[in-house]
Amino acid sequence: MLSYLSRRIALSAVALIGLVVAVFFLARLTGDPTNLFLPIDASLETRKEFAQKHGFDRPVSEQFSRFVQQVATGDLGYSMRKQRPALELVRDAYPTTLKLAGVTLTLAIVLAVIVGAVAAYRPGGLFDRIGSVSSLAAASAPDFWVAISAILLFSVTLGWFPTSGLGDFPYWVMPVIVLMLRPFGLLVQVVRASMLDALASAYVKTARAKGVRERRVVFVHALRNACLSVVTVAGDLAVGLINGAVIVETVFGWPGIGKLMIDAVIQRDFPTVQAAVLVTATAIFILNIVIDLLYVTLDPRVRHQ
Amino acid sequence: MSAANASSSVSAESVNIRRGLSWWQLLWRDKFAFVGAMWLVCLAACVIVGPELLGKEAGAINLRARNLAPGSLEQGWLMALGSDALGRSMLARLIVASRNTLLIALSSVLVAMLVGGALGLVAGYVGRNVGNVIMRLSDIVQSFPSLLLAVIVLYVLEPAVENLIIVLAITRIPSYLRVARAEVLEIRERVFVDAARALGGSRFHILWRHITPVVLPTLLTIMTVDFAIVMLAESGLSFLGIGIQPPEITWGLMVAQGRNYLSQAWWLAFLPGLAIMLATLAANLLSSWIRIVMDPVQRWRLEVGSHSGGIQRD
Repeated sequence: MLSYLSRRIALSAVALIGLVVAVFFLARLTGDPTNLFLPIDASLETRKEFAQKHGFDRPVSEQFSRFVQQVATGDLGYSMRKQRPALELVRDAYPTTLKLAGVTLTLAIVLAVIVGAVAAYRPGGLFDRIGSVSSLAAASAPDFWVAISAILLFSVTLGWFPTSGLGDFPYWVMPVIVLMLRPFGLLVQVVRASMLDALASAYVKTARAKGVRERRVVFVHALRNACLSVVTVAGDLAVGLINGAVIVETVFGWPGIGKLMIDAVIQRDFPTVQAAVLVTATAIFILNIVIDLLYVTLDPRVRHQ
Repeated sequence: MSAANASSSVSAESVNIRRGLSWWQLLWRDKFAFVGAMWLVCLAACVIVGPELLGKEAGAINLRARNLAPGSLEQGWLMALGSDALGRSMLARLIVASRNTLLIALSSVLVAMLVGGALGLVAGYVGRNVGNVIMRLSDIVQSFPSLLLAVIVLYVLEPAVENLIIVLAITRIPSYLRVARAEVLEIRERVFVDAARALGGSRFHILWRHITPVVLPTLLTIMTVDFAIVMLAESGLSFLGIGIQPPEITWGLMVAQGRNYLSQAWWLAFLPGLAIMLATLAANLLSSWIRIVMDPVQRWRLEVGSHSGGIQRD
């Protein structure tokens, strides 16, 4: 197990180094890197000064070693637009996204486990059919379109929720629901499938034969094992959640990492894009390792291998 | 299983399993998938002839017919779905935009299938080391949010159609790669491959003539699901303003443009989004039908002439 984990960490480290190298060379791919780092309307003097200051006039190998040094010391450049270090911008934006993602994921998992379990209890039944259709529809709906349709209906027309911004409960309702749609749709299908397996298994039969109450059989014996499948897809979910957060934060004007990134792309603020991407990638690699560990603790079969 | 249940009121004779139904009969049995397939055929027609037929109408500015609500027929059938702030017909614009939207998705999926499938064949058949390197690379791509990847690449390169297709294809390659490799690892141990090897077939010959035909149907099945995923991704990028750039139009871009008129003309953003959703839904329904048809364990659901819905997936 330890060797597996260390291999996993080593692979992630290699992947991260690869990403850093890729970011560096992508930035030089288009020719003049000052085009990428400076806003498009920067004057010629600013460009020259910038190129000299950051060594863009030096050989590429020298630039690269300098870039690696900077990344290693946590210096990811300076946002020209915001006049602040890029890493600071990313650090300020992260809590918002983490809170949004955390609330969404918790709700999605709880709801999907309930819906999936009930649907699997009577496969082909009414609830199962409704659940399948709605989870398919949830997976097919473009999130940005759902978001602005919800704004139109619930904010503009009905005036129930605020259109955008960060605040207390009413501000959270629409972003969380929109962000939840896709992970919920995916999870319902996963939970339903593994619940079908669990309900047909020998240990469920044993529990029933022992005279355990039906509710306990379903929600304790079967569901506990079916929940393992949620952990299996958690990594994919988290990755998908970041895609969704970019859209949701942009539409609802949340100052999170997704909005920061898109704004930076549109304003052509390369240091911020670079910092946001590197930090997010690191977070995802760490998350994947945590998920592996979690899986090992939850599943005795893996633990004893 | 319920068909064999003697206690149920359905007698064994009334369950009429017909083997050897042709594929369109099987499609007809699944009404959801049938409607989905018909919708995709309509869309394909729009993609092929739409821009030539309605290109002029889609760009025609008519200031007397500005911001018409859907359902207003006084200005002709072209305005049936309303018009935008310049009086351009929504219907014509939707049909013209279908070409970009659907062709970008289709090309990305095709590129991903060809590259991913080829890499998967190589990873599964050639050597262990080569296979490992390919798999680790795909791990990296897969554990990275596709939108971030698209953001970096489209930032550095121009947001042109080709670049968009490349980015979207890269994010989808791992799924084909994995499936192709897994299948090859199983197929290569079969007797007919041994026979081909014994007869002196070269590696390329065995891969191309004996293994590829077995793997291909599975890859084509994934394509229908991926088509929906890629279309959503492209729409998202265009909506964010880093995908297709005006004056070209796609449905995603139309939603973004209509967003500014949300409170005055809701249909400008709503209808293109609905078009995206219906197209993805059709692809998803069709793919779940294909999965059932390809699966010998589940195929009876369609062969039994009952009211089996297309969404019963196990």
